[in-house]
Amino acid sequence: MSKCTFKGGVHPYEGKELSMDKPIVELMPEGDMVYPLSQHIGAPAVPVVAKGDHVLAGQLIAEAGGFVSANIHASVSGTVKAIEPRTLATGGKCNSIVIENDGKYEEVEYVAKKFEDLSRDEIRDRIKAAGIVGMGGAGFPTNVKLTPKNPDEIDYIIVNGCECEPYITSDYRRLLQESDNVVMGLKIALSLFDHAKGIIAIEDNKPEAIKLLREKTENEDNIEVKVMKTKYPQGGERSLIYAATGRSINSSMLPADAGCIVHNVDTIFSIYLAVIEGKPLTKRIVTVTGDGVKNPGNFYVFLGMNYRQLLEAAGGPDGEPEKFISGGPMMGFAMYSLDVPVVKGSSSLLVFKEDIVSKIESSACIRCGRCGAGCPSHLLPAKLAKLASKKDEEGFTKFDGMECVECGSCSYVCPAKRPLTQQIKAMRRTIMANRRKK
Amino acid sequence: MSELFNVSANPHVRSKDTTQTIMRDVLIALAPAAIFGIYNFGLDALLRIVIGIVTCVAAEAIYQYFMHKKVTVGDLSAAVTGLLIAMNVPPTLNVGYEILGCLFGIIIVKQLFGGLGQNFMNPALAARCFLLIAFTSPMTTFMYDGVSSATPLAVLKPGAEPGEATSLLTLFIGSHSGVIGETSAICLIIGACYLLIRKVISIKIPATYIISFALLIFFFAPGHAFDAEYMLKEVCGGGLLLGAFFMATDYVTSPITPMGKIVFGIFLGFLTFIFRMFGGSAEGVSYAIIFSNCLVPLIEKYTVPKSFGKKKVKAAPAK
Repeated sequence: MSKCTFKGGVHPYEGKELSMDKPIVELMPEGDMVYPLSQHIGAPAVPVVAKGDHVLAGQLIAEAGGFVSANIHASVSGTVKAIEPRTLATGGKCNSIVIENDGKYEEVEYVAKKFEDLSRDEIRDRIKAAGIVGMGGAGFPTNVKLTPKNPDEIDYIIVNGCECEPYITSDYRRLLQESDNVVMGLKIALSLFDHAKGIIAIEDNKPEAIKLLREKTENEDNIEVKVMKTKYPQGGERSLIYAATGRSINSSMLPADAGCIVHNVDTIFSIYLAVIEGKPLTKRIVTVTGDGVKNPGNFYVFLGMNYRQLLEAAGGPDGEPEKFISGGPMMGFAMYSLDVPVVKGSSSLLVFKEDIVSKIESSACIRCGRCGAGCPSHLLPAKLAKLASKKDEEGFTKFDGMECVECGSCSYVCPAKRPLTQQIKAMRRTIMANRRKK
Repeated sequence: MSELFNVSANPHVRSKDTTQTIMRDVLIALAPAAIFGIYNFGLDALLRIVIGIVTCVAAEAIYQYFMHKKVTVGDLSAAVTGLLIAMNVPPTLNVGYEILGCLFGIIIVKQLFGGLGQNFMNPALAARCFLLIAFTSPMTTFMYDGVSSATPLAVLKPGAEPGEATSLLTLFIGSHSGVIGETSAICLIIGACYLLIRKVISIKIPATYIISFALLIFFFAPGHAFDAEYMLKEVCGGGLLLGAFFMATDYVTSPITPMGKIVFGIFLGFLTFIFRMFGGSAEGVSYAIIFSNCLVPLIEKYTVPKSFGKKKVKAAPAK
């Protein structure tokens, strides 16, 4: 079968071999747990507990603060110690609920239900209550995605199992170890629509996952496993929709406008947990990897746990690593401190012995055009970066700078090592801020 | 571990390719044709190649040093220019003239416009055109095996005095007169394949250039229309292959847009046809490329690619 792909993209070193064969290990948290109120796109959640309250694992501690927002649950039992600003992996500060873990892991009673007994509204309510958001990093509330304006026009629900970011293997392990539940999660999502088809998209560098999921969906008429060419950013929403269905969307459209809904593997798994087992989103898989850790691996961790503990779980630092990244090497955030909590969108802790980027000197643009060839949005990054450096907002918008997905491919391929993504991102932030002012 | 770790904007990894590795690949790709030039013309050719490279690198370094700029000869772009200039002069050219050409290319065309990436003309070709205009006779007099001989292309030119026609095989292998680096079609093609495999150049410009030129020759060459052998000789003879693969594809002076590359290539083919068939000299590649270099900003303006998912094609932005 032919492999699906898109035009553009780059081929960074994959690095998956470090952790892809390491089974998921569950980590028990130590110390205080921190739950930032913004772990999703949209309004921050509103705390429903106060300092001194005793909470159980799985208890709602903050509820959605708007339509595009999500509930937050405690992942351990204990006492609310404070509600105060804490540093996030992204570098900013966010008001967070801090819970002192009592180590007992007393849980609220979860109400398990049978799939057959649930109506569509009940399914949506259970997903909403569980506080599920897109776990690939964007953090878009899942129930909002599953409640499009015209549900009749949804033709495809795509499970994003590409994991095109180098190094990260959390989705891969989830696919291998929990394939039944992932398929079940997809079936639940499909049941919300009259004629939606399921597509499980997996890059061809994960043949075992492809084989397994093909077996598991053999008897499912409306679920297909599609093999994607291994290329970054294959798992980017726009690139993925195009590769899987041939439809294309731009920055002003939602996937639903092309009849598609895209979910990350861990999100789909969380849908299963919420709908069938009645469990809220309190845990996720995090890959701890890179040449700066002794034993790279995949860990099932409690949300709110400290990143330092992740590093220890992977055998601690190997030597004196220079760079710590939350997320993948292409779009992740470099962290100045490890004293930050695991949140719903934390897919990995990547540790590099050497900070290559800090040693790179950029030189003159030689107009090789590689940035444009690698751009999944078919832009001219060199031109955009030039316009950005001149602060030419009008020109930047005319050359479709706002269509950029900030994937980092242009900076990656640039032989002159110019900080194209950085310049373009900064300009986009300025323009977005100016638009909000108006 | 230190208290605060390094931060930087994404991405946190970079490809291994650098400007230097790209220029090194171009040097490697030019090597077969240059070595054949030395085999074909002897030590004269070797001397001119060494002088070309040394002069260009030294000129760039000295200029940058005295202008208090960062010396960037390590990126090898000056070496590429030097080699290309040497490959574009006859093996008998006065060495002093060659040095003058190198200085013109590096100092005036490249550095005065802001250095690598800013020059609007290919420095090597600008140097060749400068030499062609300034020292026309030494630049167009060719010796082969110790006797003065016309280039195969000059013999092919419409209206030329009949001379001994060179066989297609000789043209392909390259044992005939001409400038140092242009004679061997096979060596140039080997180098071009290397660049294509290494993805240093895209096939768009050379393919559209050569094909459009060949088609124009085939259909419209005065006195030789529908003459396939004549067409192949025009393609293999002269500087077309050297120009199409190694100079028209110069990043700095060719369009960055995919569509622009195609327009550029077709325009090159058209100009080369006009210059070779109707111009004053047998050769037309250099002038065609230099001329088209000047049109690159215009071509780029009208060939901005459609961004992904864009529903309506907007008019090209006026800038």
